[in-house]
Amino acid sequence: MLIVMLIISFGVFMLVSLLPGDAVYAMLGDTISQETYDMVYHELGLDQPLLLRYGNWMLGVLRGDFGTSYQFHMPVVDLLKTRVPITIFLSILATLIAMPLGVLFGVIAAVHRGKKIDTVITLTANACSCLPQFWIGIFLMYIFSVQLGWLPSFGFTWPWENFGQHILELIMPIICLSIDGIAGIARQTRSSMLESIRQDYVRTAWSKGLTERSVIYIHTLKNSMIPIVSLLGVRLSYMVGGSIFVESVFSIPGMGSLLVRAITSKDIPVVQACVLLTAFVTCAAYILTDLLYVLVDPRIKLTQKD
Amino acid sequence: MENLLQVEGIKTDFITTGKRVEAVVNASFDLKRGEIIGIVGESGSGKSVTMLSVLKLINPPGRVVGGDVRLAGIEENILSFDSKGEKMRNVRGGRIGMIFQEPMTSLNPVLTVGYQIAETILTHKKCSKAEAKQKAIEMMKAVRIPDAERRYNAYPQEFSGGMRQRIMIAIALAADPDVLIADEATTALDVTIQAQLLEMLKELAQTRGVAVIIVTHNMGIVARYADRIYVMYSGSVVETAETDVIFGCPEHPYTRGLLAAIPRLNDAKDRVLVPIDGLLPDASNRAPYCAFYERCLYRKNSCAKMPIPKLTGIGTNHFVACHLTVAERAARQAELLEREQRKTPKKQIREETCIEVRNLTKRFAVRAGLLQKTVGYVHALEKVSFAIRRGETLGVVGESGCGKSTLARLIMRVYAPDEGEILFHGRDIAHEKERNLKDVRREVAMVFQDPYSSLDPRQTAESIVGEALKIHHLCPDKEAYGKRVSELFRLVELDPELRKRVPHEFSGGQRQRLGIARALAASPTLIIFDEPISALDVSVQAQIINLLEKLQAQLGVSYMFIAHDLAVVRHISDRILVMYLGQAVEIASCEKLYEMPLHPYTQALLSSVPTADPVLERTRQPLKLGGEIPSVLKRPKGCPFSDRCPKAMECCHILSPELVDMGEGHMVACHLYGGK
Repeated sequence: MLIVMLIISFGVFMLVSLLPGDAVYAMLGDTISQETYDMVYHELGLDQPLLLRYGNWMLGVLRGDFGTSYQFHMPVVDLLKTRVPITIFLSILATLIAMPLGVLFGVIAAVHRGKKIDTVITLTANACSCLPQFWIGIFLMYIFSVQLGWLPSFGFTWPWENFGQHILELIMPIICLSIDGIAGIARQTRSSMLESIRQDYVRTAWSKGLTERSVIYIHTLKNSMIPIVSLLGVRLSYMVGGSIFVESVFSIPGMGSLLVRAITSKDIPVVQACVLLTAFVTCAAYILTDLLYVLVDPRIKLTQKD
Repeated sequence: MENLLQVEGIKTDFITTGKRVEAVVNASFDLKRGEIIGIVGESGSGKSVTMLSVLKLINPPGRVVGGDVRLAGIEENILSFDSKGEKMRNVRGGRIGMIFQEPMTSLNPVLTVGYQIAETILTHKKCSKAEAKQKAIEMMKAVRIPDAERRYNAYPQEFSGGMRQRIMIAIALAADPDVLIADEATTALDVTIQAQLLEMLKELAQTRGVAVIIVTHNMGIVARYADRIYVMYSGSVVETAETDVIFGCPEHPYTRGLLAAIPRLNDAKDRVLVPIDGLLPDASNRAPYCAFYERCLYRKNSCAKMPIPKLTGIGTNHFVACHLTVAERAARQAELLEREQRKTPKKQIREETCIEVRNLTKRFAVRAGLLQKTVGYVHALEKVSFAIRRGETLGVVGESGCGKSTLARLIMRVYAPDEGEILFHGRDIAHEKERNLKDVRREVAMVFQDPYSSLDPRQTAESIVGEALKIHHLCPDKEAYGKRVSELFRLVELDPELRKRVPHEFSGGQRQRLGIARALAASPTLIIFDEPISALDVSVQAQIINLLEKLQAQLGVSYMFIAHDLAVVRHISDRILVMYLGQAVEIASCEKLYEMPLHPYTQALLSSVPTADPVLERTRQPLKLGGEIPSVLKRPKGCPFSDRCPKAMECCHILSPELVDMGEGHMVACHLYGGK
């Protein structure tokens, strides 16, 4: 993970450095004098060699200093402090909703394989994973906010500030974020359930006279969870990525919308910080997945015993 | 009702790609309290499907379409119950327990074995979780799992195959059922473990008053354990009688055929096996007459005009489904016997040595850790020595992990040995470089166990058989090549017309013939057979054994025949090498070894194998051999067999014995016989 993060950080740094467009102009506008330009250029350290700049930047990052936003003229860290929790909150909530629902739909489809309900679930799931998130967002907004006026179309409130408002504002973004996850998890669950249901130990379970519930939820699902858990990490990182669209559509002041604004206004320190954080969350999600494996699959042991 | 379980006319279909495969056509049997019955038949006879049908465990696309199953104490036909309903669930596990074939996959890998046993108890008994756990631990002790309390929380993968099957037995018996179905329960296990399990099963059944149904293709097992036997063929029961009657005077032509096809430990050495020619009828397209008609040696023309025969009684508990009368069959049998009076083809063993192996040793490094450091060695083979003469067959027997296959691979020079010599016609090839081995490769050929995966599915039969001819430039032109391929096909009794077909168009027996033809192509002097018939059905096994004997007599080639079936090895071999944990424990001529085995392991091995002869079986007391087959990783000190040996002495635990000649080439490695 350390190596991955190092490579990404370098990539992020280089990517932005090599982009066309000038940081100083982005910061102060293009009507400044040459003297001011030179001064700021020097202040930003842009006259130093690339590797040295990278080194300095990394040192700062490790100390929790991502530099100063060109656009907001305040430390990036302070900017992120208010926004990152919102994004993480949204992503985790969406994953937590997607997981049980997806598994439930997948199990229903697998148990009723070939029946009508299976066809409906499978078709819907396939359709949903094809729909782009921003499209779903706009579509929902059109119906529930514009036509029906039931739900607010933008904003974000923490639950401890105003719980009712929080719920109302959250419904659409969460649906939007989790629908793809539900569909994906449902499809994965269905195929992995169908795989386990054919196994000999399921036949053994039936031969013991267990109820269908026990056979499905204890004997089959527990084995099917292994591939599903591996999907969980991928899902969580998708959610963080998906929040970029969703936050923009619903004007939620999270990291996603910050990133979009930073990119359009060439606010390099903010872009760097956001991308690096996203990468970090993704890596963390994968590590979490590996740890979860140990919980679901007793065949994997962390410590090797003799 | 007198019977505990009465099954009438089970009929089960599978619908696949529009075809209706009638897997079971008409299976009936009954079972009394405390009885052990055997259901025997070859693969495809529908014996397992019948058992699954009784418990309504057939999954779509399969379907039980007919039948009547009565269980004592239940007024209704249990097939009329909803397969997921409560009544059926009470029968499953509660009244009838079942053990399946594959111990490796039949237990749930993510649940502890204790939970899996306790679950059955909780489902069928009114008790608390703690009581269920207590009972589960008792069950684990009953099936002799050492250290049961601690291992309650272990997962299936922490147990060996034999131990897992014990756990399966514990699960099946946990809720005190009346009937236990063991569906090929010991087929996948080694013979000594198989004997341990079956003995235990019998004991448990007796003490708990459980009636047992043993489903198997192994005639020896039913001869040893069953009271009555049902013989199934192509989806129907064709004969049933008490065990002695089935083996003593079988009446159905199929039963007679089956018994004539299997080698037994107490056979005369030159007995000819009589295979059943032909194939099982296509279950999706059944003829309206007797299913065995096409392969029957007793048939009359009228049999094809009559409907499928029904079971008719001809003696106490003896029922046969055949149109012929007893007298008619007896007359025909006398006729057949007269015609069949041939002996195995005479072969010539020359004094000249074909291959000699001296002190062959192979160790595999065990690596661990990040840097793959060698942390130890697996002693796959330790100082094995033997010789095979021209035209001789050496049988190699031993249980899994004894190094049989490693030995074969070393002689083939797939691996290079760590120590020792391989003298092939006097030349040491043990460390020869690959480029100098070409002529050896021509002279040593191999036939593999699985006729399905050992042939390239995309090559035609001709190119599979002829490849060696091309590699060794044995045919000057196309014409000679074509001629030689046809000759090889004829040698293995295949029609040369089939040469353009690909492997999946052949049956299992035919494929193994192709494998043999491939081995013969370059006229080798030594052929190594690695379990060549264990994947085949009994009737086909006999064909292949006969073929091998014929070829050896005709071509004078030497065989090294690796197998775990001791009766087969005895039938085909001149001398036998017994291996245990990578060491040769005994080498002797076939007669000597079976009449007077010296090594305690050989004795135990021989007594573990049930013979297809119930009268003889009753006189034999199976030698109880405890313990698991140890892994090569944890080899005991001294003699490898010392920790399981009933006669182990102090010195056995310290010093590994050497092979000592006891006279007439009977070699044994055991301290009991004076070796140091």
